Amino acid sequence: MDRMTELPQSLAQIRDDFLELDQSDRLVLLLEFANELPELPAQFADHPDLLERVEECQAPVFIFVEVGDDGTVHLHATAPKEAPTTRGFASILVQGLSGLSAGEVLDVPDDFPQTIGLTDAVSPLRLRGMNALLSRSKRQIRAKIAA
Amino acid sequence: MAIEVDSSEEFIGYAHPERLVSTGWLQERLSSPGLVVVESDEDVLLYETGHIPGAVKIDWHTDLNDPVERDYIDGAAFAKLLGARGITRDTTVVIYGDKNNWWAAYALWVFTLFGHADVRLLDGGRAKWEAEGREYTTERPRPVAVDYPVVERDDRSIRAYKDDVLAHLGEPLIDVRSPEEFSGERTTAPAYPDEGALRAGHIPSAHNVPWGKAAAGDGTFRRAPALDALYRGEAGLSDGDRVIAYCRIGERSAHTWFVLTHLLGFENVRNYDGSWTEWGSAVRVPIVRGSEPGEVPQRKG
Repeated sequence: MDRMTELPQSLAQIRDDFLELDQSDRLVLLLEFANELPELPAQFADHPDLLERVEECQAPVFIFVEVGDDGTVHLHATAPKEAPTTRGFASILVQGLSGLSAGEVLDVPDDFPQTIGLTDAVSPLRLRGMNALLSRSKRQIRAKIAA
Repeated sequence: MAIEVDSSEEFIGYAHPERLVSTGWLQERLSSPGLVVVESDEDVLLYETGHIPGAVKIDWHTDLNDPVERDYIDGAAFAKLLGARGITRDTTVVIYGDKNNWWAAYALWVFTLFGHADVRLLDGGRAKWEAEGREYTTERPRPVAVDYPVVERDDRSIRAYKDDVLAHLGEPLIDVRSPEEFSGERTTAPAYPDEGALRAGHIPSAHNVPWGKAAAGDGTFRRAPALDALYRGEAGLSDGDRVIAYCRIGERSAHTWFVLTHLLGFENVRNYDGSWTEWGSAVRVPIVRGSEPGEVPQRKG
């Protein structure tokens, strides 16, 4: 089976939503994602030590991945309002990955950020920030499964 | 016709105070004919969240860089870009942005490659405008397109290529990256995306003056005596020196280029935009690790 077809429904929907827009509207949609990034749950807001800084992003962005008892993944992220692009990247992953199983997240292609039509609108260099968010999320999941 | 300069007293002592405007000065002149305000940010979406009324957006990645080759756009593309933003060759352009005007200074440097005469920075950029509670809007201006002439880029006087840097060794170099990047400490761990250069360290004999040292806490440039102490004092630059500044891809060093050229009056400063992502991956160029500048090496045969 073609692995591309295995992209979880949530991520496939996000990808298709971006791809059907023209370039300037893709930025508008990314801004909508940025505005939708949820506040951190209180247990993380009060414990910044639990959060991992994503060094590859120029803006200070922090993530924390929970794997529930039922094996589902919940990604939490925070980034300042002065960094809407990074907030948008994080929000796409928060919405796209949350509720998936750990295995499903690990199977998400590493080049997912390059497939959603933002390369020209945002630039390849900036998009690497989303790759870093995805790879660090996967790394946290691997560590938690192994524990 | 050029707009009058901002003669604010905080700019006294800079070599070219006409290159800066204050927030108050700009506020009073926002809708002046002959003036166009440009926002240029690290974050490609920041402008969309709110910007100075009437300001147009120019993004360094998607507007100023060539989409295929690692180079800037050519004269025809620059003419099209500026014309569409309502900028003529005679327009006074005031650029501002996020991160202590880091990207705004970079855009100004690119405007200078094309010889645009009257281009200035808003001292303090977004941070100061915001801190003072000044107005932002999300309304996008619709400038009337004008003609901007096709002017070929002049890369000779303010831009340095790798071979220029090799020929320059022995004369002052300023590495404006962080001390960790300068010394060559690895900040990345296995399984993380790499930094885009194969080797770590700095160009031999370069002095490390992180670019942000030129900025005060409120995002404005530090005033003339402090900058003097930093560059003529600590970094040991002397009047008449030919200087090359570099960072990772040439953006942070464009900020330092602005400081050295327009605020301190050095007349021969070039920005090496290839910077560490080129030098740190190039074959057979000399590199020094550690926190000391190091010696200029003998040429390899």
